[in-house]
Amino acid sequence: MSASPLIWPLLVPLLTAIGLLFLWRRPSWHRWVGLAGAFGLLAAGLFLLRTVMTEGVTTATIGGWPAPYGIVLAADRLSAALVAVAGLLGTAVHLFSISGVDARREAYGYYPALHLMLMGVCGAFVAGDIFNLYVWFEVLLMASFMLLELGGERIQLEAAIKYLALNLLASAVFLSGVGFLYGFAGSLNMADLAGRLAQRGPSPLSNGVAMLFLLAFGTKAALFPFFFWLPASYHAPPAPISAVFAGLLTKVGVYALYRTFTLMFVADVAFTHGWLMILAGLTMVIGLLGAVVQEDLRRVLSFNLVGHIGFMVLGLGLFTPLALAGGIFYTIHDMIDITILFLIAGVVHRETGRWRMESLGGFYDRAPFLSLLFLLAAFSLSGIPPLSGFWGKLALIRAALAREQYLATAAALAATFLTLLSMAQVWEAVFWKDRPAADPEPADALRPTRWEKVFQMTPIVGLTLVSLAMGLFPEPFFRYAEAAARGLLEPSAYILAVLGGTP
Amino acid sequence: MELVLSAVTGGLYAAGLFMMMRRSLFNMILGLILLGHAANLLLFTLGGLERGNPAFVASDPAAAASFPDPLPQALILTAIVIGFGVNAFAVVLIRRAHGAIGADDLDELKSTDCSD
Repeated sequence: MSASPLIWPLLVPLLTAIGLLFLWRRPSWHRWVGLAGAFGLLAAGLFLLRTVMTEGVTTATIGGWPAPYGIVLAADRLSAALVAVAGLLGTAVHLFSISGVDARREAYGYYPALHLMLMGVCGAFVAGDIFNLYVWFEVLLMASFMLLELGGERIQLEAAIKYLALNLLASAVFLSGVGFLYGFAGSLNMADLAGRLAQRGPSPLSNGVAMLFLLAFGTKAALFPFFFWLPASYHAPPAPISAVFAGLLTKVGVYALYRTFTLMFVADVAFTHGWLMILAGLTMVIGLLGAVVQEDLRRVLSFNLVGHIGFMVLGLGLFTPLALAGGIFYTIHDMIDITILFLIAGVVHRETGRWRMESLGGFYDRAPFLSLLFLLAAFSLSGIPPLSGFWGKLALIRAALAREQYLATAAALAATFLTLLSMAQVWEAVFWKDRPAADPEPADALRPTRWEKVFQMTPIVGLTLVSLAMGLFPEPFFRYAEAAARGLLEPSAYILAVLGGTP
Repeated sequence: MELVLSAVTGGLYAAGLFMMMRRSLFNMILGLILLGHAANLLLFTLGGLERGNPAFVASDPAAAASFPDPLPQALILTAIVIGFGVNAFAVVLIRRAHGAIGADDLDELKSTDCSD
């Protein structure tokens, strides 16, 4: 079992974090040791992806106790792809952090916390056991609390309180849900639970438990009535931290919804997935209406992030092969794209010291190449063909029309239009319009050095290339998403792999 | 016994949610701690309550029915440890936030709503 490819995405960040703690007194080494760890995680993620693509669902029983009694890690195509993207985003944000995080935060453990959070994220993606999923959620929450308040500025402390209170509330609901599920079905292994819940058929109790999980994961994923913590907290920490939160954390909630609502809570699809679809539609429209009226660059992006969660959950709510494939494709696209946008916002702030769009401007003159990259990411997020956001939206809208869900279709189209509007506002305010005349020229001290520029631009350009590849050559990516969706809709291969042949 | 514990669990949930809806920072943290306890007690009750039996299981499966399920107790241990760590963090956080804000009032947490 020691050679299982599932171990490395957990072990590499853990060992990196421990190694960094041993180097506590030498914070200047952190960035390089941590960077090596981040590349290691990327390699581990790609290795897992390759294994899953060639051999199908991969599992590992921890401690040698067989499932369903022992703790089991399992990765199907969805998990493997998300782990690989987590490695990619971890590496990109780590590179950006080298110029984007100040020496004080570095000295107080920024990089160890980042790696612990990556471990929590990867752990949640491969957990095969619902209680284990809870533990991984707490691991990543604890590390993200630390990242959020590191530096101790007043806005960060306030943001951390809001983030902590609502996420801990969701965790308590999650734990209660786990308790009810165990009392009701008698297992914690998700594959085992799938069989047990299917035997029992639909009942008010199983629907009630499903709603508890919807509340818990909906809060973590920032779905409509539960999203208020996100725009209140994600803009407080420095740009690379916002970027990695935006790219990864809410997606863990989305993944947990995808896992539980395709494997376990499928007895009464009309009820549970009906609610998912309603919440998804409201999330899209309300999140993006929020984006249109914001004035702070990062808050605009935060509301965009919330709105686009709706697209991912819409795919789950529609619950057809095409919709799930579209949702998975869209999730991968959005993780990469929203990270690019937050990183670009970080560069803008680095060079001007401002976040309010009113007091920004003239960035196109100052940095035409960066503006071009922003335009690509913004168009991709709005779904302009042939960029990556288009294909996911196309699949989702076709699936919604095929299921004759015209309200959901209208919501998705309205959300697409509002994204374009919001992105056009940012383009106009930050890049296109002249710099406010009353504003003094930013001090030369704010200009990044050549090396800092390299570390800023490499991750943005790298992620843009991946996003472009997804847009220009969508077929292999979409085929993969389709295969992942089939695996979710017919989970027998997953269940068989986890339970090792016992029915 | 189950009835008593169920009532206590319900009371803890109610008290926790009530405290979280107050305006005071300190009450909010108390509410979170109570909610954590409520969830733990819920798991404990769901595991079944049997008094007076030693904590080992006979090889005879029929005898095992008179023992409580040990798994929820293991889960609670994990959840208590996690809850302790998270609550310790939360208490330090509100102490620092209290220092920065200078008030024990959630309505004063306004600097995240406007910037620059």
